[in-house]
Amino acid sequence: MNFDFTDDQQAIKRTARDFLADRLKPERRRELAEGGEYDQGLWREMAGLGWTGIHLSEDHGGLGLGAVELAILTEELGYALVPSPFLASVAASLVVAHAGSGEQRSRWLSRLASGEAIGTVGLVTDGAAPLVPDADRADVIVLLDGLSGMVVEAGAAEIEPQPTIDSTRRFARVRAAEGEPLAGDPLPALDRIEVALAAELVGIAQRAMEMAVAYAKEREQFGRPIGAYQAVSHRCAQMLLETESARSATLYAAWTADHEPESLSLAASMAKAYAADAGWRVTSSSLQVHGGIGFTWEHDLHFFLKRARTDGHLFGSPRSHRERVAELAGLGPLGLAAS
Amino acid sequence: MDLTLSPQEESFREELRAWLAINHPGKEPEGDEASFEFRRDWQRRLAADRWAGLSWPEQYGGRGATLVEQAIFNEELAAARAPSMANVLGLLMGGPVVIAHGTEEQKERYLGPILNADEIWCQGFSEPESGSDLASLKTRAVRSDGGWVVTGQKVWTTLAERAKWCMLVARTDPDAPKHQGITYFVMDMDQEAVQVRPLVQITGEPEFNELFLEEAFVPDENVVGGTGNGWGVAITTLMHERSGIAFALQVQLKVALGELIDLIREQGLEGDPIVRQRLGQLYIEAETLRLNAWRGLTQIMKTGMPGPEGSLPKWQWSDINQALTELSMDVRGLEAPRADSDWTYRFLRARANSIEGGTTEILKNIIAERVLGLPRMR
Repeated sequence: MNFDFTDDQQAIKRTARDFLADRLKPERRRELAEGGEYDQGLWREMAGLGWTGIHLSEDHGGLGLGAVELAILTEELGYALVPSPFLASVAASLVVAHAGSGEQRSRWLSRLASGEAIGTVGLVTDGAAPLVPDADRADVIVLLDGLSGMVVEAGAAEIEPQPTIDSTRRFARVRAAEGEPLAGDPLPALDRIEVALAAELVGIAQRAMEMAVAYAKEREQFGRPIGAYQAVSHRCAQMLLETESARSATLYAAWTADHEPESLSLAASMAKAYAADAGWRVTSSSLQVHGGIGFTWEHDLHFFLKRARTDGHLFGSPRSHRERVAELAGLGPLGLAAS
Repeated sequence: MDLTLSPQEESFREELRAWLAINHPGKEPEGDEASFEFRRDWQRRLAADRWAGLSWPEQYGGRGATLVEQAIFNEELAAARAPSMANVLGLLMGGPVVIAHGTEEQKERYLGPILNADEIWCQGFSEPESGSDLASLKTRAVRSDGGWVVTGQKVWTTLAERAKWCMLVARTDPDAPKHQGITYFVMDMDQEAVQVRPLVQITGEPEFNELFLEEAFVPDENVVGGTGNGWGVAITTLMHERSGIAFALQVQLKVALGELIDLIREQGLEGDPIVRQRLGQLYIEAETLRLNAWRGLTQIMKTGMPGPEGSLPKWQWSDINQALTELSMDVRGLEAPRADSDWTYRFLRARANSIEGGTTEILKNIIAERVLGLPRMR
């Protein structure tokens, strides 16, 4: 029983932390976010490091690693708040890898692994997927409707950009009359997407907590650092509890994906529900610690807060995941009204 | 990262399960006296097969178990709903203190009777005016022929009425800085100068006691860890107590959650969306506690010492247990306030969870100052 990362896993974390700190300065991130753009050069470099295929088999040009390594990497992308189609594209390749036909896999996986193609996944309600990340630039869109799904080429879909509060990621509404049906059950892939999203939220929470703690040490009022007041320091302790608990739940869920798939559904819902709540609570609490400056556009915190809030709503709200936990924990299905 | 048990750990678990299948004593009887004797017999049965002092070195009747084995032990006993052992403070705190800081003579004298529950231990730390600020304690120990004469008052003393020995911290040097003038004693409870008075709690039960010391005598050979070193001795015990107990607590929560699910069904509320949300949230939080405890263990195995992060699980557990017992009240309607219900008792008892063994506020201070490096308030 050991929660420690292996040397390779530590190397992934360190490389990602250093690389992103070096390549994505806060001014550049702000510039991208304000313009609603992504950095093509950065994307190519990330792909060159193998990140876009970290979870895909070597047959398809991936690194052949597991959900744990993907979570470690995704946490760092959240920590650095990288504007990029990484999560969307990984979501698409997860679904194609786990539920795609042989033809779909050979058609898309190598291109997604190399970063040459961009993919995304949308959840359909009432005939359309209302909020799909990066659909406007995607080459391939996977639309999931309940337990069935289809692969749609970008040209065959009706894509309508949607403004959201998260300017570090683009969103669109997607509707498609037809596509190629998936061959298998998309649920295992969907669970893995939820875990990756939870990992991104952990990274965001970690960063927002660090910002709050640093500010509480430096900002003085009434002649002492505000972090000396328990009203502030206990807020920060609460951030630590929630960030670490979200991390524990996420790493466990990623581990089940690789080693104990029968526990994945429950673990993924626990991770997503907890990390979504923690992501919001920690970023909003960090804003409170920052006081007025945290509410200004010129401070970076709001980018983190808005990404966390938006992430929380994607791929199942905390409410729907808690509902699934209640069901799997022993209360049984709620019935048709459940959602 | 490997969240599986090693073959040795797996076989430890199997051995324990097989032992429990044969030796589980069944349900605890009602009544203080009967339940205490029942738990004493249970401890003796465990001790006979070297389970009681699991982490203790083999020469003192233990198994020298690893941290993972201790965690498994706590998980399995809680999962089997086994009763707690009678001499719980002696096993968790007294014994480990004597092993870590005691002389050979002290180990010889105390450890065996702790293990067999022949001598019950209690803890004299808190005082009426020294709760969270334990180091401000006022109980005085004054030099006398061959030992110390102790005068003062202690409070929240569990098991004092049955105890032979009290782990007592008292001020031996009133002029030293407050953390330095304290000494750790093992005090004989069996003397006129020690008076025990039951303290009735909001549950109506006298689970704790007050202790009045009027010139009680403690011989020199009952000082543990040397004169003036009591603060350090006491703190290491508290940290070990917190890290070990997390595993038992998290499984107790899981057991309670199972009972709560049954209760929700009995009340016909399994289809209530709000109840389901709250139950789902409790389940998630109980799982994060379990996982945090295991992550904490990984950390202790790396560094050899429980760190300040060890304060997280106890804080988290008290939040969850309070929320769990509140939900149990909410689903019981007009049955809820009945005084003759175990759920109601648990609900009231849970109010102490965020106070006993370190208040949530103190635990947050520890996290803020020692993990996050925020400035001290004082």
